Amino acid sequence: MSTGQIGGQPPNPRGIFGPKKQGREALLNALVLLGLVIVPLWAVMADEPFTITLVTRAVIFALAAVGLNIALGLGGLVSLGHAVFFGIGGYAMGILAWHAQNYVPLFEWPVLFEGTKSMPVIWAVAVLASALAAFCIGLLSLRTSGVYFIMITLAFGQMFYYFAISWARYGGEDGMSIYVRNGFPGLNTLDPIQFYGLCLAALLLGLLLHARLRRAPFGLALNAARQAPERVRAVGLDPLRLRLLAFTLSGAITGLAGALFADLNRFVSPTMFSWQLSGEFIVFIILGGTARLFGPVVGAVLFVLMEHWLGALTEYWHIGFGALLLLIVLFGQGGVIGLIAGKARAHD
Amino acid sequence: MTFSLILEQVLNGLQSGIMLFLMAAGLTLIFGVMGLINLAHGSLYMVGAFCAAAVAGLTGSFVLGLAAALAGAALAGALIELVVIRRLYARDHLDQVLATFALILIFSEGTRWVFGSFPLYLDVPDALSGPVALPLGIQYPAYRLAIIVVGLVVAAGLFWLIGRTRLGIRIRAGENDREMIAALGVDIGRLYTIVFALGAALAGLAGALVGAIQSVQVGMGEPVLILAFVVIVIGGIGSIKGAFIGALLVGLTDTLGRIFLPELFKLVMEPSAATQAGSALAQIAIYVLMAAVLVWRPTGLFGARA
Amino acid sequence: MTEILSTRGLCKAFGALTATDDVSLTLRAGEIHALIGPNGAGKSTLIAQIGGALSPDRGQVFLDGEDVTALPVPARARKGLARTFQISQLAQQDTVLQNVLLAAIGAARQPWRFWRPALSDAALRGRAEAALTRVGLEDHAATVTAELSHGQRRLLEIAVALTLSPKAFLMDEPMAGLGAEGAARLVPLLRDLKAEAPILLVEHDMDAVFALADRISVLVSGRVIATGTADEIRRNAAVRAAYLGDAA
Repeated sequence: MSTGQIGGQPPNPRGIFGPKKQGREALLNALVLLGLVIVPLWAVMADEPFTITLVTRAVIFALAAVGLNIALGLGGLVSLGHAVFFGIGGYAMGILAWHAQNYVPLFEWPVLFEGTKSMPVIWAVAVLASALAAFCIGLLSLRTSGVYFIMITLAFGQMFYYFAISWARYGGEDGMSIYVRNGFPGLNTLDPIQFYGLCLAALLLGLLLHARLRRAPFGLALNAARQAPERVRAVGLDPLRLRLLAFTLSGAITGLAGALFADLNRFVSPTMFSWQLSGEFIVFIILGGTARLFGPVVGAVLFVLMEHWLGALTEYWHIGFGALLLLIVLFGQGGVIGLIAGKARAHD
Repeated sequence: MTFSLILEQVLNGLQSGIMLFLMAAGLTLIFGVMGLINLAHGSLYMVGAFCAAAVAGLTGSFVLGLAAALAGAALAGALIELVVIRRLYARDHLDQVLATFALILIFSEGTRWVFGSFPLYLDVPDALSGPVALPLGIQYPAYRLAIIVVGLVVAAGLFWLIGRTRLGIRIRAGENDREMIAALGVDIGRLYTIVFALGAALAGLAGALVGAIQSVQVGMGEPVLILAFVVIVIGGIGSIKGAFIGALLVGLTDTLGRIFLPELFKLVMEPSAATQAGSALAQIAIYVLMAAVLVWRPTGLFGARA
Repeated sequence: MTEILSTRGLCKAFGALTATDDVSLTLRAGEIHALIGPNGAGKSTLIAQIGGALSPDRGQVFLDGEDVTALPVPARARKGLARTFQISQLAQQDTVLQNVLLAAIGAARQPWRFWRPALSDAALRGRAEAALTRVGLEDHAATVTAELSHGQRRLLEIAVALTLSPKAFLMDEPMAGLGAEGAARLVPLLRDLKAEAPILLVEHDMDAVFALADRISVLVSGRVIATGTADEIRRNAAVRAAYLGDAA
């Protein structure tokens, strides 16, 4: 039985097309980045705040998927429960801001704490809380592999979903609304473009971390643990620990995305924990292309665009989206970046 | 809290456990034989429920509705096996997850397109609409009792099929050594289609039976699918016996937890807080059970030792 | 002579099948000790117990005088036991250099570094490249492992083990699938390596075994029936009986 740890891309000979195709991927990445800067700026000039919101949504989804891609792309861990961390990030924001806006102390001991409306504090809490959750879930689910791992992460996702629904204090099924977006020192976060700038910066940091990680000793060992776990053990490293740390990091980044998403909507609800969202995060990565640094970004942008355009055409756009996804999985290995830039190469 | 209430809740737990078994059995069979993780199994549950509701609504016959559920789900199962699923056997689990996730989207939105967003209602047949008197003075809904019986009969039939028939021998052989049975001249492709359709029919049956208690609506299948995953993780993958024990454990834990955990908490807390904490814990009780099994036996109660 | 690696009374049974039956072996400094035996003799099970993948029912494994029986595979590797695999265990999508870098990272115990590329760490890279040069793969450092020939993969297996600068090598059929010519080329390399760390060699290629081994142990049905020099083994009646069916 296959282990279910994904295989990533088949290797590509360093053939004559190698450098050219790699150049094409770099060009594509640059174009995507350029688009993420120019389109919102254009939207400011053209006074199209909705477009900024749309791009912000795409960027936040991309960050969530960049987080997942550390577990999935580097570690080969098919987590179908990453919405857990997205939701925890969201509720970290929701709970802290709800206490602050309603002047209800969150706790009074050892010091009085009335919640906060400060983004940096909220982010720190979101990252720590989702990292802790990822560590605990990882500790349990990484005892297994393959299809067990998929089912267990999915199940834990559902557990958090139902827990959020039953947590009446924080809105239960209805969720919580936060009336005013949280603040960031020196910025006016109520201005869509300034908030967008923060989200884009977070995405770029996430991408930078991923890019460094995959070449650093940790990424190299993690990547080897996916392909040849016996070998990794035989050189004195423990694949389980590598995966656990990757899963924790991965959850932390997705958690940060959750906090940003909550601030974008000024609303959190149990749907942030839903299994559909977990599935969509994986779809973002595949849509763009596994083993690609920018795969999650391209995938998330495409998803949000389709959601916007196809959704305007028909209420049932998920049928078309499902069919497209099916075609890509069955016939289009390598995702959209793969179609444009050729197969992935061994990174070095 | 009376003894008869406890017994009634045990029966409810048994009923939901047996319905879960019908789902989990198909999933675990499909995984055991073909090595495939099928997220769209919940869609087949939904297809069964919609077929039953539509046909029962047209003809007024619950039995015809059930027949339609079995046939519709089996047909849908065979169709997706032939068109999509068989391209996935050789793929890694990630591709299987994605493709069957795509199938969920197509099934769900397709069903919404045909039937609309409002729930359908499938009426319990008249003959079974009242309560029956059980020993010890318990009044229990006849329909729920009937589906426990139907579920047990199907479970027994499934054990017989796997353990005693030619098809069962082939299925078990397919779990162990598919090259060998292919070499012995068994048409592996057809065997896979049959197993998949069988699993689909079980899911469709469960959807139709449960559809008469709850409402029939888009998205009804996935929560059950995830519960069935919990069942499989607890029972051990590929084991029908494990699926049966796991399903009963999950059904009983879930049902009894909802009733008794708040009561239990009231012994140590003030009532309103106890109700809140108790019901919150009840929501997650089965996942705690799953976590405990994982710590104790990572491959499940009846799974092959890794 | 110093014993670097030894087993004492190892026993392992799977149900009614005794796979390892009271096996005591020693590996001394500077030697190649070959372990041979017919198929099904229990060589793989024994290797797994020495490497740490299987725990024995009874008996101990000692590495450099220390009882390592309770240690898992990674801990034994860190204590200085380097193994190669019969079926190559390499990161196929990574380059040759990345595969040896992995071993350098393991040897340096530095997997928890997240920022600086492994390739730009001179110490790690130097160690990895030295091992590649040693086995003659330095020109293939940038090649993706999946594109290597079978023989080159066998060499890379050895290079990975070599990068660990171990106290002892545990080599599981390093010549498997190489053919006579390929195996002959590996012989001088192994002879060269044993000065660095002794080699416990499981091998099917009898020409290589008899050319290389300082001592040979013969495993039949989980038991060591003879240990000795090549000549002693050739003359041993029990070995002849086991292999040739001679009346002993």
